This record gives sequence, structure tokens and C-alpha cells, in this order.
Amino acid sequence: MKVFIYPTNSLILSDLVERFGHEPLAIMQEIGKKVRTQGLDSPPMNITPEDPKFGLKYAAVEVPSGVRGRMSLMDPLLSKADAAIVVRDPVISFGCMGCARTNELVNFLLRAKKIPLLELDYPNTEEDAKSFVYKISEFLKSLKPAEEKK
Amino acid sequence: METITKMVVINSSKLLPSDVAMKLYESRADVMIKETCFGVMVSGEREVVDLLLSNVRKLDPYGIFIKERGFAPGEPYRCRATRRGGARPGFHNLETEDKILPHIASALKSLDRGEIPGQKKQKKKLDIDKFKEIIKGTEVQQ
Repeated sequence: MKVFIYPTNSLILSDLVERFGHEPLAIMQEIGKKVRTQGLDSPPMNITPEDPKFGLKYAAVEVPSGVRGRMSLMDPLLSKADAAIVVRDPVISFGCMGCARTNELVNFLLRAKKIPLLELDYPNTEEDAKSFVYKISEFLKSLKPAEEKK
Repeated sequence: METITKMVVINSSKLLPSDVAMKLYESRADVMIKETCFGVMVSGEREVVDLLLSNVRKLDPYGIFIKERGFAPGEPYRCRATRRGGARPGFHNLETEDKILPHIASALKSLDRGEIPGQKKQKKKLDIDKFKEIIKGTEVQQ
């Protein structure tokens, strides 16, 4: 199954999801597509004419453009997500108002999508980490195994 | 065929990035390999890279962590050589998570041993009536 991870660029979550036999949906995949696309001057800073349309699905024109730009990257991930693992208030996701609003919107959309969702906190101690990994493994076991990649 | 880049972050006491790089070179796979301070970056066809890294993970299953990377090694948009130095974007994320990796490795070991972690006691919030009593108790009588 395709599992959305938040923070969307997390090494730990991406690794654990892959380790337990599922496919992580991380922002790096979308960035990679932009970087490999010919004709973009400075990926992922600039966008194609198609991208604002994806962003406008989630946020109105008067919403800061940063939110819509970020949502255009998140859209393919959110639409594909069959389940999600979310870390609450990660320090590394702290940023400008565009980042903050996008993070809020992503978390809202995940809840609104009514897919299996696991919410956790980043571990600080070994005991916390044991519980963190155990919860993720149990959550991923409860999902169907990943389909064979085409 | 899709070309991807994957980052191999090594947090192991028995494995160095050079060991992993040598193992990758030995495989003679059609991939680009870059050894870094945190591990190795591998760029190539998705099927080739995935198969190669699943074998590499066996060198130290608890000390090797893998994630995909959007940019290829040496990409001018990210490489410090063309950006006048400084931390590359994404470094701070890696640094933050790198600190937790020893805990995650230990947690994975205990998971494989079949250990079930105990429930952590959650601190209860202070009851409002008790709080009012405390306030009354500390009020100075005039």
C-alpha cells in the first residue's frame, strides 16, 4: 500500500515504511520528477503552467501563493495515499507562514480523506523510540501488503 | 525506465561509507555512486538501485537507513560547489534525524527480538477544582 509520510521528507519514516514492505509517498519523488523534467530553469523553485491548477484544487487564489505552490507538489502524493503516518509538530517542519499553512492543510486533508492514520511524536529517548517503531510496525502490518511495482 | 537517486545513511559502528561504496563498486551495476560523509548516494534505474540497495542493507540491517532523493549527486541546484558553500538544503533535516538513528536502530533490534514496549504513563493535567484550592490556599489574608 502507498503510505503518505509527514514530515514529507523524513528519512526515518521513509525507511521504516519501505522496511516493513510498503511504498512511502515522500516529497522527494515529486521533486525528482521536476528536476528530471526538461525545460525547467530552476527546479523545484519554478513551476509549469499545469501546477497552479493542482494548487487551486485545495486553496483559493487569495491564499498565499506559497501554499498553492507547495500543494501542487503534495497533490499527487495526497491523491495516491492509501494510509498515512504523521509525526505531530516536527521541529524540522518549522518554517515560514506558507510552510505552516501548508502543513496545517495537509494534516486536515489527511483526516478528511478518512484513510488509516497513525499519529506519533518524534522519539527523544530509547524507550520512546521502541514504542515509536513498534506502533509503526503494528500499523503497517494491519494494512494490506504493497502491490508489486509495475 | 525511471532514473532515481537514493541516499544511504550509515549509522553503524562496524560499517563505514567506504565499505558500502566498495560493495557497490563490486556489484558492477550500471549506477553512479558518490561517497559522502553520512553514507553513499546511488543514482541509476529504479529497478537496479532498489535491488542493489536491498542487498546492501543486509550488511548491517540496523545501521543502514535509505531514502529517495530528488536531486542527483552533484546537481548544480543543490551541490555546494556551485552554491558557494554552506549547508545544502536538506542538511538540517538529515542532521536532526541522524541524532535519533541510534535509538531507532536499538528499537528495531528489540522489535526483532519480539519485545513489546510497555505503555508510557501519561501525565494527567491538573484538575481545575484542585487548582482553585491551591490558589485559595496561597491567598494572603488581609
